[in-house]
Amino acid sequence: MNYSAVRAIYLFELARTWRTLFQSIASPVLSTALYFIVFGGAIGPRMQPIDGVPFAAFIVPGLILLAVLTESVSNASFGIYLPRFTGTIYEILSAPVSAFEVLLGFVGAAATKSVLLGLIIFATARLFVSFELVHPFWSFGFLVLISVTFALFGFILGLWADGFEKLQIIPLMVISPLTFLGGTFYSIDMLPPLWRNVALFNPIVYLVDSFRWAFYGIAAVGPAISLALTLTMLVTCIVVVVVIFKTGYRLRT
Amino acid sequence: MDNVLSVEKLTKTYATGFAALKGVDLSIRRGEIFALLGPNGAGKTTLIGIVCGLVRASGGKVTVDGFDIAQDYRSARKKIGLVPQELATNMFETVWNTTVFSRGLFGKKANPAYVEKVLRDLSLWDKKDDNIRALSGGMKRRVLIAKALAHEPEILFLDEPTAGVDVELRRDMWEMVRKLRESGVTIILTTHYIEEAEDMADRIGVIDKGEIILVEEKHALMRRLGQTRVCVSLTRKLDAIPDGLFDLPLTLSPDGKSLSFTQAGEEAERGKDAGLARLLKNLLARGVDFASVQSSQSSLEDIFIDLVGKSR
Ligand SMILES: Nc1ncnc2c1ncn2[C@@H]1O[C@H](COP(=O)(O)OP(=O)(O)OP(=O)(O)O)[C@@H](O)[C@H]1O
Ligand SMILES: [Mg+2]
Repeated sequence: MNYSAVRAIYLFELARTWRTLFQSIASPVLSTALYFIVFGGAIGPRMQPIDGVPFAAFIVPGLILLAVLTESVSNASFGIYLPRFTGTIYEILSAPVSAFEVLLGFVGAAATKSVLLGLIIFATARLFVSFELVHPFWSFGFLVLISVTFALFGFILGLWADGFEKLQIIPLMVISPLTFLGGTFYSIDMLPPLWRNVALFNPIVYLVDSFRWAFYGIAAVGPAISLALTLTMLVTCIVVVVVIFKTGYRLRT
Repeated sequence: MDNVLSVEKLTKTYATGFAALKGVDLSIRRGEIFALLGPNGAGKTTLIGIVCGLVRASGGKVTVDGFDIAQDYRSARKKIGLVPQELATNMFETVWNTTVFSRGLFGKKANPAYVEKVLRDLSLWDKKDDNIRALSGGMKRRVLIAKALAHEPEILFLDEPTAGVDVELRRDMWEMVRKLRESGVTIILTTHYIEEAEDMADRIGVIDKGEIILVEEKHALMRRLGQTRVCVSLTRKLDAIPDGLFDLPLTLSPDGKSLSFTQAGEEAERGKDAGLARLLKNLLARGVDFASVQSSQSSLEDIFIDLVGKSR
């Protein structure tokens, strides 16, 4: 195992975040703060508590996930797409590193950023609303698991993309809408039966649901099924990445 | 002979169906400077790409110091440094960071003193904290060289290192290459400036349309295929080549005012210009006066053009 290479890639990627601090951290924090002001501060007090949780607190886990999911995907995809685009990937391809080590460096860095971002947004949320965590360990566990899974997904996206539009389109057109519709601002139990069933096809519903369960102990579908689903996504992404590296897809001509 | 790199029956067909390498065999000796010459699209970059792990071979075998590049890729790649043809740099990084990154990537322990030496040798030391995007093209090329040297490779590939580089930097660069060779590094370079290869290389390989058409010691090659040409300008017009000289390789210019004498490099060596002496004596004896005698030797470039031209 070439730890030194993993470290080099990992630190390089984190340094990139540091350079683009505003984009990576400040801007998601700012937009989340705006959600808290509008939905939590202005609209929240007029809303009924959901399953006994005040509305402003109810939306916290969903909002954290919204930022974490989109940032995991865009950070990891950008991280690997950029060297492909500029040609600097040559160095990684010519280095004595395995696919796994490259993955560990890139995905590890993207997931680290997302976890930090999640914690920062969590802290920001506490400034606006007060709440207590029912399962702090699970909250953190889910945050890490989800960050890693979506960073992996982003890595695949970054390998597949052949232009900057494709990089942006998935977080913008797929992840964001699915997260919005995934029960960030409501419990899916509040939907009419037909739409509730449709919503169950949205994988992000389960992530939000289990994350909220970890926060407040309330759940529409339950954490076990969500955990199973997240792990399935994680394994699927790993398999796809392994196949990509085996075939050299989009990396080696 | 101790080979540090051996390529056997290497083929590459790109996804487009284009056969860029058609069964290349090549051995590189430890410690030599090997110049790989060939016209655009000959397959030089493809060959280097396969050895370095950027391109997947379609067939054949490559071993680096005995390590197979597919099975033992770690051991093989650790020994290789690559300066690619295209200028690809992390624009927002500093020179220092990007060089340290390269060293880490190749699994080497941090060694600031060594990195400093590399940067100093390449006159990059005063730029070490500059962003790469603020550097000129030639400076970026040096950064790529610094990155390639950061992990102390035993074999260095330089794919057109002097493209777009000014005269002074080119001289510095070749100076550095010589020093590296002295320290035991094997160097494989490509260039379209044939005179550079003539200056630098121990051996020359010529590749054309995906096939190696020649590999030879530079001096032997120059001797075998080079020509010496002597041109004698006459003060008065001659109508024909003087008799008694028909056995010499002589041609009379159309205006009859100059005689040129051409000998293949080898013959020139062997005959030690006896033919030329005979020519001049003969002319003097006949009272044919001449104004000047000019001699020129064909360069590697002439040889190269001749070789590649023939295969067209
Ligand atoms: N990714 C690719 N897909 C298809 N064909 C390719 C690819 N890369 C290179 N080729 C083709 O393979 C041939 C050899 O290319 P290569 O880059 O190895 O040439 P070269 O000898 O380095 O030329 P140059 O002196 O211009 O750098 C060329 O005809 C080129 O068009
Ligand atoms: Mg080339």
